[in-house]
Amino acid sequence: MSFQYDTVPVLKDAQLTICDGDFMGIVGPNGSAKSTLVKLLLGLLKPQQGEISIMGQPIEAFKDWQKIGYISQKVRNFNVGFPATVEEIIAANLYYEMGFFKFLRKKHHEKIDRALEIVNMTDYKKRLIGTLSGGEQQRVFIARTLISNPKVIFMDEPLVGVDIASQDKFYTLMDKLNREMGITLIMVSHDLGVITEHTNRVACLGNQEVFTHDSKTFNQEEYIKSVYGEKAKLLHHRH
Amino acid sequence: MPEILTYSFMQRAFIAGIMVALICPSIGIFIVLRRLSMIGDTLSHVALAGVAAGMLGGFYPVYSALIFSVLAALGIEKLRKAYKDYAELSIAIVLSAGIGVATILISLGSGNAAIFGYLFGSIALVSEGDILLVVFLSLFILASILFLYRGLFYITFDEETAALSGVPVKGLNLYFIILIAVTIAVSMRIVGILLVSSLMIVPVATSLQIAKSFKSAWLYSLVFGLIAVLTGLTTSFYADLAPGGTIVVSSIGILLVVVTLKSFKQSFTIAKSTKSAKVESLEK
Repeated sequence: MSFQYDTVPVLKDAQLTICDGDFMGIVGPNGSAKSTLVKLLLGLLKPQQGEISIMGQPIEAFKDWQKIGYISQKVRNFNVGFPATVEEIIAANLYYEMGFFKFLRKKHHEKIDRALEIVNMTDYKKRLIGTLSGGEQQRVFIARTLISNPKVIFMDEPLVGVDIASQDKFYTLMDKLNREMGITLIMVSHDLGVITEHTNRVACLGNQEVFTHDSKTFNQEEYIKSVYGEKAKLLHHRH
Repeated sequence: MPEILTYSFMQRAFIAGIMVALICPSIGIFIVLRRLSMIGDTLSHVALAGVAAGMLGGFYPVYSALIFSVLAALGIEKLRKAYKDYAELSIAIVLSAGIGVATILISLGSGNAAIFGYLFGSIALVSEGDILLVVFLSLFILASILFLYRGLFYITFDEETAALSGVPVKGLNLYFIILIAVTIAVSMRIVGILLVSSLMIVPVATSLQIAKSFKSAWLYSLVFGLIAVLTGLTTSFYADLAPGGTIVVSSIGILLVVVTLKSFKQSFTIAKSTKSAKVESLEK
């Protein structure tokens, strides 16, 4: 498919297949259309050319959006003074299941508890969302996504502003969701080194194209040179 | 029965006031948290144009205000699409149009004294016919909020994810802005056009100081709204002042009391924890 904003082309004849059970990382330099690609896959944007299918159906005909979870880049941009508890935020995602009058029943409370248990945040149920750390908030948003039993979760730069210790916990959780619960994960990241360690496949964006690699054989040096030019080098931190 | 309640016009004012105290913060909590505080002011200025048009044309002003503000609400939604990147611009355009039209219509008419009652609220204005309309529309607004509570909460917190979760975002946004317009038309008899948005905002601002959840923020804002309206109406009766002013000043008073009590509590907690830390270090 191809996509452009007004007259600026951002993806040209791009092809990408995501398989059931994948943990795919989407990497690329700033402005390489990583977030655009995710929005296209979620139907929030429409390609000018080509087509997108989800679970074997053309995206226009796809109705089962409860099976698709999405944690956007802006998810933690909310006002920190927003008076909502962790429980209220997770319950919001049960909108479709609550029936006509939107009452929370016992089974819904049990679902909330289970989702919080998976992300290890049971004790935070009654806490205000703004009082949690970046890493804790991220876990709450994962729990909110999990409550609708998704088969696929898209995450756009979920680790921006999250400290290193919480990042480790995040990847442990991702492994649990992917390997134990069989959820397909697609995660946009700018951290090449870490993402290739945890994912099984990497989709690289650059020059309006998408290339997919197996994470184990992915050559970071080569990728950096192809995107940033021959003079570019990969420097590792000494700390 | 207290003397104030023996007058039938005061009974009507209290019934209408209680309704207004319940609907204004219920709408206001979503307005404040979506950072749309200007929308209340905008629609009330358009309602003023509606009142002036009603007086000039000889219609019941509440109906013409209702029609004008609902049309303005639809206009804001339409303009918001045209100015996608400047959402607040659509509000400013409608505000300017509202004031412009209101000024022309008021200067065309001769009933400026009657306009005064609508601008600042008036206890004597609430007729028996008004009460029926106010109660009916208020119950309709409250039922709508209760019914749409979950969806409105989700949109207020995170509109993009709400849309993906099956919340009908466009329809709810449109319905909500119409509810704001109806709330203004209902409330302007008591609080006055110029102050109706204050009753939407101030009790919510007070509740945000102490709320421990969204539900509690809503309930506190209702309590603060009710206290402000009951105190304001009573003061208005005994001091012969416009109720809009006394109600809003009461709600500001409640805000100041809550902020002061909260800061006292905080300094007390800090002092207590410093003391216990000192004791602990001495014991060591």
